[in-house]
Amino acid sequence: MKLLTANFLSCAVKACKSSPLSFPLHFRDAELASKSVPYNPLLLSNLLPRLDWPALVTSSKELGFTLPDTKPELPRLSTSTGGDDGDMNMSVDGGSGVGEEDEKTLKMLHKVLMETEVVEGKMVCGSCGFEYGIHQSVGNFLLPSHLV
Amino acid sequence: MFCFPRALPRIPYLQNNGQNFPLKYLLVKPILFKKCIAMAATVESLAPVCSQLPPPMREYLIHFAQVHETFRKPELESLAELFNIEYKILRYTEKAPFALIALKSPEDAKTLISRSILAKAIYELWGTGTTYDELHTSVKSRTSHLWHLYKTCSFKFGFESFNGMRTEAVKKELIEGFSYVGFDGPIRMKNPDELFVVMEDYEATSILDPVRFAALKIDDAVETPARNPTHLDEPHQVYLARFLAKSSRAAIETYDLKKRNYIGTTSMDAELSLVTANMALVSPGKLAYDPFVGTGSFAVACAHFGAITFGSDIDGRMIRGTKPGKSLRSNFEQYKIMDRYGDMFVSDLTNSPLGRVAAAGRSERIFDAIICDPPYGVREGLKVLGSRDPSRPKVPTIIDGIAQHTRKDFVPPKRPYSFDKMLNDITNFASTHLAPNGRLCIWLPTADEDFNEFSIPTHRNLKLESVCVQNFNKWSRRLLTYTRYETDREEENGIATATTDSEILPDAVAAGEPHDPTKAKLARTADALNPFRRKYFEGFKTPPSEDS
Repeated sequence: MKLLTANFLSCAVKACKSSPLSFPLHFRDAELASKSVPYNPLLLSNLLPRLDWPALVTSSKELGFTLPDTKPELPRLSTSTGGDDGDMNMSVDGGSGVGEEDEKTLKMLHKVLMETEVVEGKMVCGSCGFEYGIHQSVGNFLLPSHLV
Repeated sequence: MFCFPRALPRIPYLQNNGQNFPLKYLLVKPILFKKCIAMAATVESLAPVCSQLPPPMREYLIHFAQVHETFRKPELESLAELFNIEYKILRYTEKAPFALIALKSPEDAKTLISRSILAKAIYELWGTGTTYDELHTSVKSRTSHLWHLYKTCSFKFGFESFNGMRTEAVKKELIEGFSYVGFDGPIRMKNPDELFVVMEDYEATSILDPVRFAALKIDDAVETPARNPTHLDEPHQVYLARFLAKSSRAAIETYDLKKRNYIGTTSMDAELSLVTANMALVSPGKLAYDPFVGTGSFAVACAHFGAITFGSDIDGRMIRGTKPGKSLRSNFEQYKIMDRYGDMFVSDLTNSPLGRVAAAGRSERIFDAIICDPPYGVREGLKVLGSRDPSRPKVPTIIDGIAQHTRKDFVPPKRPYSFDKMLNDITNFASTHLAPNGRLCIWLPTADEDFNEFSIPTHRNLKLESVCVQNFNKWSRRLLTYTRYETDREEENGIATATTDSEILPDAVAAGEPHDPTKAKLARTADALNPFRRKYFEGFKTPPSEDS
């Protein structure tokens, strides 16, 4: 389970969907692993607008990472094959076209979002307290019958 | 594949509109070669066959693979949408591999085809006709002013016949028929600078079409529909075209299931997985999700095209794999696409953890593409979380003082689920989680003999883009592609739209039947809930997954 994914998940229990406490889920007893993943700045720059930053800061803190309080601003990268309107045609090869400061931010995001994984542990709902297990990096969000 | 024999007598420059070649061009070959490419792309243009085309539009020929015919055009249209390319399809039939399309530039042509799985290549159209005489007239009138551009490049002439055959000697003779273009460059069988291909279409059904039949010029004596259409003597349409670019068809080999580290009985084949990712407009930096990920066929295809891919499945064993080194993740490692591995998790669509509580600046619409091949429920019947007994009190099961669901080996109970309810849940989920203009692609079964058994699911926020059908021996399945409207739509009058997923009723809402809770009866057998499963056991003998 990556921090990236945790940013999209809340408690699966229907009654919790309206409670602000159900997002983000809180990591507990987390066993971390750092997996080397190829650096892909284009992906990161596309991800950034979809992240809920305060939630990411919370989750990161639980795992021992400190992120800036406000979402960093980055130019949106695109490639010719992206087909993504290409409004800003910046090259991403070798980071050319990306400033040093942006590069640092991207590398930090890469480490936190893409390379850090919770291999074993739990995610706990702040509203109902239900514990979701993480086993072999795969989170389990199945609910017992009394909760569905 | 054939070439002009070097010794062939040529008609020197007669057809050349007076543009004879200055001697210097012949002396400085390397420079000319570069020039030749640049000029072909910019300065000179082809005279159109089709006179109604607006000025920048020119004709190109797409050579398709003659497979999955109903998918070919929607795939092409999706790619044009993805790359924002203006196009007009001029001639297309599902019965032949050759299609004509108008595009603004050779660059557009190359880009458009670059990601196609069902096209093989794109060509610049040099001429076409129903006979070789017509073809030669067409080539001369359209391209004689271009011939000098290819005067000294190395080149090769290829030959493609669809549904017909030529002996090597005849091919050679037909190719030599184009010697008037006067190319003097070296003939190279491998990596020529320019590849020209003669294409023949012996479309089998042309014999049933009077106009096309006339073009065949078959003797009266043999003019009978019983004549074996696969052995027509002459093609009804011939083309000459200059090769521009190859498609992504080679990716089918790369992702071949036979060479994949981890697969299951329901893995979708590489070709259709990649086509589906194209239909979903997956591209670098986008986010894709498969709620029935299984062994990850779609996930791998989406990652191939650059998307960060997420997936979930109600069965965690599928994701983790049962043998060491054989897991969904291992496939991403095999293909070296780990930078696009988002996450895989165990969950059920009806109780999904995806989504976040609404707040300022926070959107639930996070995915650009949702792709799935939901279970058809043939082997085990569809299952969803919950108890089979709806009257069971909603309290934790406690044995010996331990709440059973907190045990490590706890397996949550599941109950049967209706196919129609599942479709409803998928479209609702897509409506909630797709970004503006994001796409939903669903594979669904449909029986041949009663196509209407499963109506195509509708949702007020989803626009149906295309329906593609794959036929098997006794059944068929189809790929439905939808686009999420940018904003929510009002419910339309008279059209039964998706019901809310806030409450799970005992599902016995048959297809087409209005959703009326008072009428809904307690049906808890798999067959009662799944018309496809019932039909399957009534008549189909081949399990669907093994046909795929």
